[in-house]
Amino acid sequence: MATYSTNEFKSGLKIMIDNDPCTIVENEFVKPGKGQAFNRVKIRNLKTGRVVERTFKSNESVEAADVMDTEMQYLYNDGEFYHFMVPDTFEQYAATKEAVGEAAQWIKGEEMCTVTLWDNVPLAVTPPNFAILEVTDTDPGVRGDTSGGGGKPATLETGAVVRVPLFIDVGDVLKVDTRTGEYVSRAKE
Amino acid sequence: MSETRDWRPSAALENLKLRARILAEIRAFFSARGVLEVETPLLSAAAATDPYLDSFRTRYLGPHAPHGRDCYLQTSPEFAMKRLLAAGSGPIFQICKAFRNGEAGRKHNPEFTLLEWYRPGFDHHALMDEVEALVEALLATGPARRLSYRELFLEHAGVDPFAIDATQAGDCLQAHGVNAALDEAAPDEWLILILTHVIEPRMGKGALFVYDFPASQAMLARLSPGEPPLAQRFELYVDGVELANGFHELNDAEEQRRRFEQELRQRYRQGLAALPLDEALIGALAHGLPDCAGVALGVDRLLMLAAGVDTIADVLGFPIDRC
Repeated sequence: MATYSTNEFKSGLKIMIDNDPCTIVENEFVKPGKGQAFNRVKIRNLKTGRVVERTFKSNESVEAADVMDTEMQYLYNDGEFYHFMVPDTFEQYAATKEAVGEAAQWIKGEEMCTVTLWDNVPLAVTPPNFAILEVTDTDPGVRGDTSGGGGKPATLETGAVVRVPLFIDVGDVLKVDTRTGEYVSRAKE
Repeated sequence: MSETRDWRPSAALENLKLRARILAEIRAFFSARGVLEVETPLLSAAAATDPYLDSFRTRYLGPHAPHGRDCYLQTSPEFAMKRLLAAGSGPIFQICKAFRNGEAGRKHNPEFTLLEWYRPGFDHHALMDEVEALVEALLATGPARRLSYRELFLEHAGVDPFAIDATQAGDCLQAHGVNAALDEAAPDEWLILILTHVIEPRMGKGALFVYDFPASQAMLARLSPGEPPLAQRFELYVDGVELANGFHELNDAEEQRRRFEQELRQRYRQGLAALPLDEALIGALAHGLPDCAGVALGVDRLLMLAAGVDTIADVLGFPIDRC
């Protein structure tokens, strides 16, 4: 069993807490001038997404989580699972709706995503930073208004709703920042 | 280290200038009060026996030690300064580097600057007055609050540190969102957890002295007789940051030896390295240390407060990851 000592703690380190894989979000060394030293950490549970605090005595060891980020191509959704493939090996993985989470609204097929595996099972999916998607529904475009002022909601082919400038029309293809959910520009066909 | 290693200082130049200005102000403060500036060695043949301090060890080889001799970098100048006091120095202060292995974080660097001073004829309350005058002059903190250790815990955590058990300590921590495994056999650990995790964040702005610590946290302070016995020790917090620690100094050589030996036994139980205890300090106490109080103040943290920054790297040229 691999372990990490508190001296190895830093944000991004994956450890097991209460039998769940977690990632360290913040690590603070706490020590009074006289007395025991502690590491106070904020950790995100990778299964539930919840952030909790935990304090360890300095020099304690904590079990490492066998978590690995792998680049995979999104293939399709069979109604229950989302299927991904490692391009080099053609190895396929099926991710649950919970594991895919918010990423589902940005992927339609063929995108390269980061799939986080825990004991070889998909735990989380991170979409590419930018998605290129077609508008399927929005109020009619206002011709000539390229000011970018104001804005309106538009529904994309994946079901995602983003705020777009007034000149955007149904059928336009947009570039969207998946980290913020914000419209970036029109994408050239 | 990679070839892209950053050579630049982590502190802004203005904070390095602030350091120079504050060091000059500290020296002027003590000069005006007739306190003598001294220097003592950073290298010592003996090490701090405190199980929670880890001394850097190095090796001297040359005249006086043809076969080599282990030396330790001091964790504070306390022992050497007490030898000066016993030799009749009168009131003294020092600004020096101190070293503590393993301590690095937002408020810690393993090599840091201490201001330490001793006042013959003062007790810890008289010395608190002088510390208050210094931080008022440097940080304009306004009048300081003074709370006993017990009052502090009652006010901010709602528990009596002298009557608490492991269950109550666990409940108190849980109630404040702190999750930690408690060692039932180590009450001082619970108290430190409550102090650092629950109380410090709630202290608020300004200067606060805490005094009358549990006897188990006396370190080098005298004990006041009574039930429970209390350590004549104080700490200064400014804006919730632990800034200084002071004692009405123990000057009983036999009691000092007992405390060193107790710490060495605890080190042994914890599987830590055996260390030579400071016979020169015991010798000085046996000769006679004047009745005095002493205090150590973290200069880097003082600068953090003066500059309004919350990371020690912002006031150090080259912290441990750049040194």
